[in-house]
Amino acid sequence: MSFIEVTLRLLTGFKQTLLIFALTLLFSLPLGLVIAFGSMSKFAPLRILVKVIVWIVRGVPLMLQIFVVYYVPGFILGQPLASRFNSVILAFSINYACYLSEIYRGGIESISLSQYEAGQVLGMTKTQIFFKIILLQVIKRILAPISNEVITLVKDTALARVIMVVEILKVAENFATKALIWPLFYTGVFYLLFVGVLTLLFGYCERKLGYFRA
Amino acid sequence: MAVLEVNNLSKRFGTSEVLKEVSFTLSQGEILAVIGSSGSGKTTLLRCLNFLESIESGSIKVHDRVLFDSNDQVKYDENDIRQRRLHFGLIFQSFNLFPQYTALENVTLAPILALKKNSDSSTYRSKLSEDIRAEGIALLERMGLETKQDSYPHQLSGGQQQRVAIARALALKPDILCFDEPTSALDPELTGEVLKVIRSLADGNTTMIIVTHEMQFAKEIADNIMFLDEGMVVEYGNADEILSNSKNERIMKFLDRYESTGDY
Repeated sequence: MSFIEVTLRLLTGFKQTLLIFALTLLFSLPLGLVIAFGSMSKFAPLRILVKVIVWIVRGVPLMLQIFVVYYVPGFILGQPLASRFNSVILAFSINYACYLSEIYRGGIESISLSQYEAGQVLGMTKTQIFFKIILLQVIKRILAPISNEVITLVKDTALARVIMVVEILKVAENFATKALIWPLFYTGVFYLLFVGVLTLLFGYCERKLGYFRA
Repeated sequence: MAVLEVNNLSKRFGTSEVLKEVSFTLSQGEILAVIGSSGSGKTTLLRCLNFLESIESGSIKVHDRVLFDSNDQVKYDENDIRQRRLHFGLIFQSFNLFPQYTALENVTLAPILALKKNSDSSTYRSKLSEDIRAEGIALLERMGLETKQDSYPHQLSGGQQQRVAIARALALKPDILCFDEPTSALDPELTGEVLKVIRSLADGNTTMIIVTHEMQFAKEIADNIMFLDEGMVVEYGNADEILSNSKNERIMKFLDRYESTGDY
């Protein structure tokens, strides 16, 4: 099999990798914020519930969580709740939302109380204070740890293959079972290029937010 | 008629009483300086007036309207408190400007948000927000900051930041402007420019409460002085009389300390 053919086949797998990556971010970034608010809630039962969920999700391997989401409903209901692909998205989104929630929480709690008070004495509502004053300062502060999570996600997508979602590494493994080993190592180039693009993107965002100090 | 009437205001943190039955009134254009050593409750008093702290007992009236009375068993919701706060403006010791907004945006943010919340017609709204902008520019000019309207807080000196903060508070046209040690975080050479601005507000008939350690400034600008000690009003009255002729032992000791350290 020629280099071009292998590249094209790997690219179809990589498209799936990108799809998992993008959908996971799409769902986990906002969900993480909801979880962060839950973990900071003044209502103790909610706060404890959220903290227990975060503990479980962060405490169990992501691979196991994928298995649970895909197979457990099947055991109980007799058929899977979601397709293989959707199960992967669900497991990834919840997992990443929990990690992100802790980054959000740290960022939000690092903003001085006096910023809230300054908004309060100007008659702003809680929502206005959060979205117009606090949020951008939080984003600036958490950009670096978020970039870590996002880059980790790029490589975690490879776990989708454990329930036969064919992303780039699975494509390469299929070659390997037919005694074609080098495509396996070739996948590294795809990951590296993509992570390179993301690194540049985060650098750009950091420069964009460099106009103020917080 | 009194602009502000505070009656028997008390505040507790846990078991310690921070304010004990503080009462005073302010008439239009009056300037009250609140002095006292740290921990005497000066800042807490301002925070209570601005509804940043809950109040145990007492009442607050502005223009004869009751803003708070511990005898009425009403629970104010967030919206009520927000409306009540607007009678007061608060200038913080550490400025607390919003770092991601320019000087002008810091001044206009709250009025524009209030506008968006309160009016429906968008053409009318854009006209009004133009007005708010123009007013913000005028306020910054009054603060001597006409060239700094597009600067971000970190590009400004402490004195400039505090003047933006004053403009920001003025933009909402509060009945009473409260200053919480407005120059304590400033280098001595920057103190003057902030005091000058406060002086100009005094000439403009602004009703103010100023918590300060600048005794000379208090003497010069204030109509009345309140001396707080351990949350109690030890002395309250005409500024000159208190600072020059007080017979009260505690206030004399306090003033002595300032004179001996030369900390004017």
